[in-house]
Amino acid sequence: MTAGSAAPEGRPPGTPPAAAPGELPRRTPPALDARGLGKRYGRRWALADCTLTIPAGHVVGLVGPNGAGKTTLLNLATGMLEPTTGTVEVLGGAPASGADQLAKVGYVAQDTPVYAGLTVAEHLRLGAELNPGWDDELARGRIERLGLDQKLKAAKLSGGQRAQLALTLAIAKRPELLILDEPIARLDPLARREFLQLLMEATAEQELTVLMSSHLIADLERTCDYLIVLVAGRVVLAGQVDDLLASHHLLTGPRRDPATLPADQQVITASHVGRQSSLLVRTDKPVHDPAWTVANVDIEDLVLAYLSRAASA
Amino acid sequence: MIEFHLDTRSGVAPYLQLIHQVRQALRLGLLREGDRLPTVKEVAGGLAINPNTVLKAYRELEYEGLAAAKPGVGTFVTKTLTDDSIAAHAPLREELDEWLSRARAAGLDDESIEAIFRSTFRPQPQEDAV
Amino acid sequence: MAAALEADGLGKQYGRKWALADCTLTVPAGRVTGLVGPNGAGKTTLLNLATGMLAPTTGSIRVLGGVPGSGPAQLRKVGFVAQDTPTYAALSIADHLHFGAAANPGWDAGIASARIRALRLDPAQKAAKLSGGQRAQLALTMAIAKQPELLILDEPVASLDPLARREFLQALAETVAEQELSVVLSSHLVADIERVCDYLIVLVASRVRIAGEVTELLASHHLLTGPRSEEDSLPGDWEIIQASHVGRQTSLLVRAAGPVKKPGWAVDKVSLEDLVLGYMSQAAGGTTAGLLTGAAR
Repeated sequence: MTAGSAAPEGRPPGTPPAAAPGELPRRTPPALDARGLGKRYGRRWALADCTLTIPAGHVVGLVGPNGAGKTTLLNLATGMLEPTTGTVEVLGGAPASGADQLAKVGYVAQDTPVYAGLTVAEHLRLGAELNPGWDDELARGRIERLGLDQKLKAAKLSGGQRAQLALTLAIAKRPELLILDEPIARLDPLARREFLQLLMEATAEQELTVLMSSHLIADLERTCDYLIVLVAGRVVLAGQVDDLLASHHLLTGPRRDPATLPADQQVITASHVGRQSSLLVRTDKPVHDPAWTVANVDIEDLVLAYLSRAASA
Repeated sequence: MIEFHLDTRSGVAPYLQLIHQVRQALRLGLLREGDRLPTVKEVAGGLAINPNTVLKAYRELEYEGLAAAKPGVGTFVTKTLTDDSIAAHAPLREELDEWLSRARAAGLDDESIEAIFRSTFRPQPQEDAV
Repeated sequence: MAAALEADGLGKQYGRKWALADCTLTVPAGRVTGLVGPNGAGKTTLLNLATGMLAPTTGSIRVLGGVPGSGPAQLRKVGFVAQDTPTYAALSIADHLHFGAAANPGWDAGIASARIRALRLDPAQKAAKLSGGQRAQLALTMAIAKQPELLILDEPVASLDPLARREFLQALAETVAEQELSVVLSSHLVADIERVCDYLIVLVASRVRIAGEVTELLASHHLLTGPRSEEDSLPGDWEIIQASHVGRQTSLLVRAAGPVKKPGWAVDKVSLEDLVLGYMSQAAGGTTAGLLTGAAR
C-alpha cells in the first residue's frame, strides 16, 4: 500500500473535479471530436467521412478489420497525419498544434517501438528532456517495480519489457489522453496481462482517457467501458459498453422474416436454420414478443455481429 | 484487506463478482468492520480491469451499507457479517455433505446435482403461498 | 496408437544460444492441442523440429511414430501452417491448388476446391490481393487438402482481426470434426485455445509446466480463499501453484486430484487463462500478474 494511492477513490476517473465555490463549472471537451474526417492516399480512402465524438474519462476500445482505418484515425488524432477532408479536435484543440497540445496526448505506437541503442536510463532522461510535464518519480518508480535494469540497452529487453518501457514513457509525461495502437498483439499472455495491469493502474491514478486499438476482444472486455467498431473507414458502432450491451439482444424463436419485426428493432445479423431464426437486434425498448427467447450478448458477440454484417454487405 | 479475483467467462458481471467476494470475505470473517478495502488503483491494477468497474462495485457496497468511503483515505468496511453463523451452520453443512455423497454415489454428476438443487430451491416461496 | 509428437531430451542450439533445451514432452494423438508459453520458450523451434525443417542438436523427436522429415511417407502425414500463414504472393489461388496437387500424393482436390468455394474466393485471384484472413484460410486449405494425420499450426491467427480469427478457428474445428486428425496449435490467445483445444501444454523455457486435458485441468485446479495460513499448514494433497497473503486472507491457486473442501474456505473455479497465467508467473518467479496479484505488491 503506497501513500496517496487512495486518492482517486470516490469519483470516476476522468470526471472533472467539482468546481470550487465561486468558480464556474469547467466543461470538459471531448477526448476526440471528428467531423467528416477523411484521409486519402492516392485513390484510396484510408478513412472516409468519419464523424465520431469520444467523451473524456473512458477507456475506449477501437476494433475493426486490418485496413479499416484504425491506425489512420489514431495517427490523425496525434497530428502525425493531416486530414484530407473534415476536422478532428483532441481535448478541444487541433492535434499537435503546439507544445500545450503535444503535452496533453501520449502515444504508444504499434508493437511499442523504443530506441534499441539506448539504455532504459537514457530513455527516461530523454523523456524528461522532451516533456515539460514529465513525472520522473513516477517513471523511476515503475521501472523499479518492473525490475528493469536501468543500464540495459532496449535491444536486450524482452518484448514484454519493451512494451512496459514504452507505456511507462507515455504515462510519465502525464497526458490527459493516451493513444495506443495495437500495443500488445505480439505479447505472450503473461506480458499482455502485465501491460494491462500497468495501464489500468495508471488510468485509475491519473484520470486518464485511453484510446486503444486491438484485435483481442477478451482483453478489451476486461478494460474498456467504451467501444468503437470501425469497418472500411467508417464507424459502424460506438458507445458506452453498458449501453451497448443493454440495447442489443439475441432473439431465438420460430422461423420468421426479419422484415416483420417491430420498427424499433434493428436487425444486425440474422440466421435461419431449419424451423428456427436467430437474430441479433438493437432496440432501446424491451422485447415482449413471447415467441422469442431473449438472451443477453457479450462484447465479443457484438463485435463479431457488426464485423460480419459489414463483411457481408 | 482482501484480494479480488475475476472469472471473465463466468457470465457474471465483473462488478458483481467483486461485490460477491466482499460479502463472502465478510461471512468467512476474512474482513471485519473497520478494515480498509483495496483502493480502486490497487484493484484495477491488480486485475487489469477498468477502474469504473471497481467504483461501481464499491458504490453498490456503500448503498448496501456494507462499506463507506472516507474521501482521500479509502473505502472501509462498516459491518461485520460473521457472528457465529459459520460454526452454527456446521451441522447443516455436514448434512449437505452427506447428501452430496449420496447423490454422487447414486451416479449423479455435478450438473444433475445442481439441477436438483435449483429445481427444489426456487419454487419454495410459491409452495408456501399455496 | 503412437503419440502425435514425442520429444525426449530434445534440444536445438544456434551458435551459443539454445532455442530449445532438454525438452521432454508428449502430445497425444487424436487431440486438438494448444501450445502456449512466453515468446522465446521454444515453441516455434519445437514445431519446426516436428516438421523436419530443423534437425535436433540433442535428443530425439518422433512424430506419429516416425522421424520428422525422414521420407515421403512421413512428410505426407504432417501438414504445417507456419507463423503468419505465408502464401506465394504472385501465385493465384488456382496456382496454389495445382502446386499442392503436384507436391502432395494424398492431395484431395475435392476438399480443396470445396473449401475455396465455401470461402467465396475467386480462384484467379493472386495471393497478394487477399486479405490477411483470406490468406490464412488459403494456407489452412493447403494444409488440410493434403490429408495429413497431424496438422501443426504455429501462431496462425496472431495478426488477424476478430472475425477472421473466428472464421479460421471455425474452419479448423470443422476439419477436426470431419477428418481424423491430430492438431497442435501454438497461440498467445488463451481465449482462442479455450474455444478449439481439448488438450493444453504450457511450455516455459523448454520445460512443460503443465499438460493435460482441458476439462481435467479446469476440474483439478481451484481458487481457494480462506484465513491466513502458512503453506505447510495446508492439506498435503493441495499442490500450490500460486499463493498470496493479504490482511487476514490467504488466496491460493491449487491443483488437487480429489474434491477440495475445507471449512472456512471458499472455493472458486479457475478460468483457463488464469490457470495459464498462474503457471507462467510461477515459472517467471512470481511476477505481479496472474490470478493472484497481491503477494508481489
